[in-house]
Amino acid sequence: MAENPNNGKQVINLSNITRIYEMGAEQIHALEGISLQVDRNEYLAVMGPSGSGKSTLMNIVGCLDTPTSGLYELNGLNVSEMNDNELARVRNKEIGFVFQTFNLLPRSDALHNVELPLVYGGVSRDARRKLAREALEHVGLGDRTHHKPNELSGGQRQRVAIARALVNKPSIILADEPTGNLDTKTGDEIMGLIEELHKLGNTIIMVTHEEYIADHAHRIVRLRDGRIESDEKAQNGKTLIR
Amino acid sequence: MSPAYFFAELKEGLSISFRAIRANKMRSVLTTLGIVIGIVSVTLMGTAIEGLNRAFNNSISALGADVLFVNKFPWFTSDDWFLFRNRKDLTVEHSRALERQSTLARAVSASVGWIANVKHREKTTENVFVNGATADYMSTSGATILQGRNMTIAEVDGNRPVCVIGFDVAANLFPGEDPIGKFVKIHGHTYRVVGTFDKMGSFLGMMNLDNRVVIPIGEFSRLFGGKRSVQINIKAASLQELDDTKEEIRGILRKARKVPPGTPDDFAINQQEMLTKAFSGIGVVVAAIGLFITGLSLFVGGIGIMNIMFVSVTERTKEIGIRKAIGARRKTILLQFLIESVVLCLLGGIIGLVIAFPLTFVVDQILPTAMPLSVVGISLLVSIVVGVTSGLLPAYRAAKLDPVEALRYE
Repeated sequence: MAENPNNGKQVINLSNITRIYEMGAEQIHALEGISLQVDRNEYLAVMGPSGSGKSTLMNIVGCLDTPTSGLYELNGLNVSEMNDNELARVRNKEIGFVFQTFNLLPRSDALHNVELPLVYGGVSRDARRKLAREALEHVGLGDRTHHKPNELSGGQRQRVAIARALVNKPSIILADEPTGNLDTKTGDEIMGLIEELHKLGNTIIMVTHEEYIADHAHRIVRLRDGRIESDEKAQNGKTLIR
Repeated sequence: MSPAYFFAELKEGLSISFRAIRANKMRSVLTTLGIVIGIVSVTLMGTAIEGLNRAFNNSISALGADVLFVNKFPWFTSDDWFLFRNRKDLTVEHSRALERQSTLARAVSASVGWIANVKHREKTTENVFVNGATADYMSTSGATILQGRNMTIAEVDGNRPVCVIGFDVAANLFPGEDPIGKFVKIHGHTYRVVGTFDKMGSFLGMMNLDNRVVIPIGEFSRLFGGKRSVQINIKAASLQELDDTKEEIRGILRKARKVPPGTPDDFAINQQEMLTKAFSGIGVVVAAIGLFITGLSLFVGGIGIMNIMFVSVTERTKEIGIRKAIGARRKTILLQFLIESVVLCLLGGIIGLVIAFPLTFVVDQILPTAMPLSVVGISLLVSIVVGVTSGLLPAYRAAKLDPVEALRYE
C-alpha cells in the first residue's frame, strides 16, 4: 500500500487480464485482455450479457479466482501472484462481498454473520461484538441482531450482508446483482444504502444487467465476449431513467 | 498464527460443530454408534483385564514367591499327562529326607488333600477341602492362624485327632460361637478344633481357600487311604536363594528316589513364577482378542464418521464458499471440519462410557474390579484419534474446495 503509484488514489489496477478455463479438451476464453483502473471512492457498474465474462471478472477482482495471465494490483499489492492463504487474507481485509442471494450462514444469527470476517481477521471477541453491532446499526438493523436469516425479510437479509461486507472496512465493496432477488421497492432501498456507503467514501463495484440499477453508478463498464466494450462516465443515476 | 487467533478459530469451529450436530441430532447419534460400540468394548476389555490381574495377584500372593512346590506332575507342561503317570508317588518320607538334609530350606511340609463333608452336631458344611499335612504346612502355604494355634509336631507325629479349620467352615459350623476346643466330624471320625485360619479368599476365582480343614497327615491316610502322592512345600530362606534351594532339593530328591544319573527327574519342582508366566500368556491372548474386537469396531465406526463427514462437507459446500469468500483460509476450514469430526467421536466416546459404566458393575460380580480412570482417559484419547483420522480426508476435501465453485453450489 505504501508503494501505490497514484498517491493512494488508485485501488484497482487490472492490466491485460486473461482467464482461460479448461473444459476437457476445449479451452474457454472467459476474459481476453481486460485492462481497467479503479480509483478510490469510485462507484462502478459492470454490465454485460450473460457469458460476457462479468462474473469471471468479479471473481478475479474479488480474489476468489486468479487470472491465467496479466497483472492485478489491489491497493498496490500484486494479487495475481498470491497463494491461497494470502488471497484469503486479502479477501478478508480488502474486500466486502454483497451477493445476489445474500449468502448468509443460515444457522447463525445476524450478529454472528456480521462478526465472521472479524473472527477470520483475528479481532478480539469484545471488539468484534462492538464493531458488528455498529455495522448492523449502520444498516438499520440494530434491533435485529439475534434474528436468524430465515426470520428476516429479503431486504433485511441483504442489509445484514452489507453490514458483513462493511465491518472490516474493506478497500472495495463488490456487489454482485445486489437487488436481483428483491422486489423493486426493497431493491431501491438497498440501492439507497449502497449510495450512502459511496458517499461515506467507500469504493463500490457492482455487477448488474439492469440499466436502471447501473444508472446509480458513476461509471459504467460494459463487457462483451471477454473484452471491455465501453467504459464511460454516467450521469449520476435515478434522474436518467424511470 | 497467533495463539489468540487460533483460539478464536477453535471456538468458532466448536460452536459450528455443535450447531451442525444439533441440527442433525438423529443422524449424529446414529453415526456415532460404531464409536459407541468401540468405546464400550475398550472400556469393558480394559476393566476385565484389570479385574483378571487383580484376581490373579490376590490369588498368587497366597502361593508365596519364595516357596517351591514339589509334585509328581509339573503345573504346566506341553507333554501328555500319561508320561508322568507311572512316576513313583511322593511320600512323607521324601519330605522327611528334605527336612533332614536341606541346609537352605527354612521350612518343609508335606500335604495331601481330598474333598469331604464336615459336621458339627446337626450342621454340615459340604465339599470341604480336607488337607492332611505336617506341622510346618502353615509356614509354607501362606495361611495364618486367626484363633487358637497350629497343630504341634507332637500332634502330627502322634496322629492326634486335632484339626485347624478354615474361615468359612468356622463361620458355617460355629456361628457366633468360639470353635476352639469344640469337635467336628470328618468322614465319621471326630476331631478337636485347635485353631482357625484367617480369611484367604479364593484361588484364581475357582477354589475357595476358606472352605477347608487341616488334619495331621497320618490321620488323613487313615481316613482316605495312604496311597496318594503328597505335595512337598519348601520355603526358601530368601527369594535370592530360591534357585540354589531348588538345586539342592533336586539333588536330595534324586538320591532319595534313586534316580540314576543321566535320566530326567521323576518329580516336578513348581513355583509361583510358572503361574505368573502362564497367566501373562493368557493375559496377552485376552488383550489381543480385545484389541482386535475393539480395533474392528472403531475402524467401522471411523468409516461411518468419515462417510457422514463427506456428506456434511457436500451439504455445506455453499457455506464453505461463503466462509472462504469472507476470509477463511484452507487451514481454518480444515480445522473446522476436523473439530466437527472429533466432537462427533467424542460424543460417541462419552455415550460409550456412560453405557459401559454400569456394565462394569456386572463384570465386578465375576472379577474384583472397577473402571480404572486410565481406561476412561484412553477411551477419550482413542475417540479423538479416530475423530482426527476419519475427519482428515473430508476436511481436506472441504479445505481444497474452489471458492468460486463452492459459492455457485446450490
